[in-house]
Amino acid sequence: MSMGNEQLEYALHLADNALILGQRLGEWCGHGPVLEQDIAMTNIALDYIGRARLLYQYAAGMCAPESTEDQLAFMRNEWEYRNVLLAEQPNGDFAQTVARQFYIEAFQIDYLKALQQSGDATFSAIAEKSIKETAYHFKWASEWVIRLGDGTDVSHRKMQDALETLWPYTGELFREAPYESWMRKNLNGPDLAALYTAWSARLQPVFTLAGLELPAGQWMQEGGKTGRHTEHMGYLLAEMQFMQRAYPGLEW
Amino acid sequence: MPAQLFEERIEGEEKIEPRDWMPEEYRRTLIRQISQHAHSEIVGMLPEGNWVTRAPSLKRKAILLAKIQDEAGHGLYLYAACETLGVSREDLLSELHSGKAKYSSIFNYPALSWADMGAIGWLVDGAAIMNQIPLCRTSYGPYARAMVRICKEESFHQRQGYEIMLTLSRGTEVQKQMAQDALNRWWWPSLMMFGPGDADSVHSLQNLRWKIKRFSNDELRQRFVDMTVPQAELLGLNIPDPLLRWNPDRNHYDFGPIDWDEFWNVVRGNGPCNRERLHDRVNAHEEGAWVRDAAIAHAIKQRNRQAPVAS
Repeated sequence: MSMGNEQLEYALHLADNALILGQRLGEWCGHGPVLEQDIAMTNIALDYIGRARLLYQYAAGMCAPESTEDQLAFMRNEWEYRNVLLAEQPNGDFAQTVARQFYIEAFQIDYLKALQQSGDATFSAIAEKSIKETAYHFKWASEWVIRLGDGTDVSHRKMQDALETLWPYTGELFREAPYESWMRKNLNGPDLAALYTAWSARLQPVFTLAGLELPAGQWMQEGGKTGRHTEHMGYLLAEMQFMQRAYPGLEW
Repeated sequence: MPAQLFEERIEGEEKIEPRDWMPEEYRRTLIRQISQHAHSEIVGMLPEGNWVTRAPSLKRKAILLAKIQDEAGHGLYLYAACETLGVSREDLLSELHSGKAKYSSIFNYPALSWADMGAIGWLVDGAAIMNQIPLCRTSYGPYARAMVRICKEESFHQRQGYEIMLTLSRGTEVQKQMAQDALNRWWWPSLMMFGPGDADSVHSLQNLRWKIKRFSNDELRQRFVDMTVPQAELLGLNIPDPLLRWNPDRNHYDFGPIDWDEFWNVVRGNGPCNRERLHDRVNAHEEGAWVRDAAIAHAIKQRNRQAPVAS
């Protein structure tokens, strides 16, 4: 697949974020801490897989020659995936899954509002649909950060640890990749740096209610947006791509 | 006499409701049956969950996730129906985890290929529907109402399973092989889902009389075979039973003897996946204990924090 088309790369970035997060949440299916949360995590996973499909379908039309959603989702090489590192981090315990979701959803709320204002009608429509889902996702994640932070000594410690562990992956959300600069300049795409303040403001009240400390680390990891991933990604792809790689080009 | 009133209501096809008097044995039977059904939904999430991360297309991944989510939802309604009989979900889960309570043995077979997602939907959900449609008219109100909702979703599950099989059977040689292999492995266990033959079924008679059950195990099994054989023919797949043939005198398909030794062996815990399935459930529960504890602790703290304001 040839790269170099910024709009396509941008679509893949959004699609990959959605797919990889959906894949991770799907791993919980049948193993949640309580039935209601199994259902909640599957719900969120389903929203993300649905979003990924819309975005890959859009991206597929931009490819030359034209591609398909499954071709893009399953048949690319690891370095061609454009998702943020945070999305591919392992589920860990429930606290870590909650922390990952919390950081990302807090970001998505304002990001999607900005994307809705962009000059690309398809991105705008997908953003509009996603905003509603995100409101629920953020509520779910915040409530769990508060419950676990406030609950018992054990849950407090696990929640704090999880937030610390994933903190270094939050910086990448605000670092502009070349295709994001292009989107901002040419199609009024979201200005990532400008979203940081809003994101922090969403975290703060939740940390306060939960009695948790905002992590203080300054060093941030990055690379996912340009295809340099963590060691976890290879295993995720090996599992996710297995059928398409073993039996390429078939109908399922 | 409450006992006489109970019998009259059963006779008159009126529903029994949670606050009504009921014989202790009726209550116990319902708890056993509904909780087994709830456990089956929850354990049944595992063989399919095994393929969520490897589903071959985004569309299939979404459908499979939605289906498993439905099963979790069925588990929830059924545990809730059971709670109306005076047992807690926690107690029911302890019985599952200790191995005391049973769940449908079919889920102790492994899901080895993608075609198993088709075969499980087509055969296992198909057999489940046969069993469950009559339960929409079962005498206990909360159970009957839960079953109405469940049956609607199950019939969708069965169709999507058959559709997977149809796609495979129209595909390449290797896809056809996958489909045939899945049918070979799931056929007999699906027939066993209806339970022992009528002559050997310990609970059947009283349950029919109390209208908890509406048809016998053998009647339902026959219906399932009659429905499924033409569907397999449409797929161009062979049902692994050399004795299977249409019997014009009975107006039913005759089929070969079921290996009841295998059935009882799996019920006793020796199926290919009994240990894994139970281990997965126990593990999820134990690993989740600190989460549930935290939720309760937080709720109590919240209440205590709000109390002084309210007074």
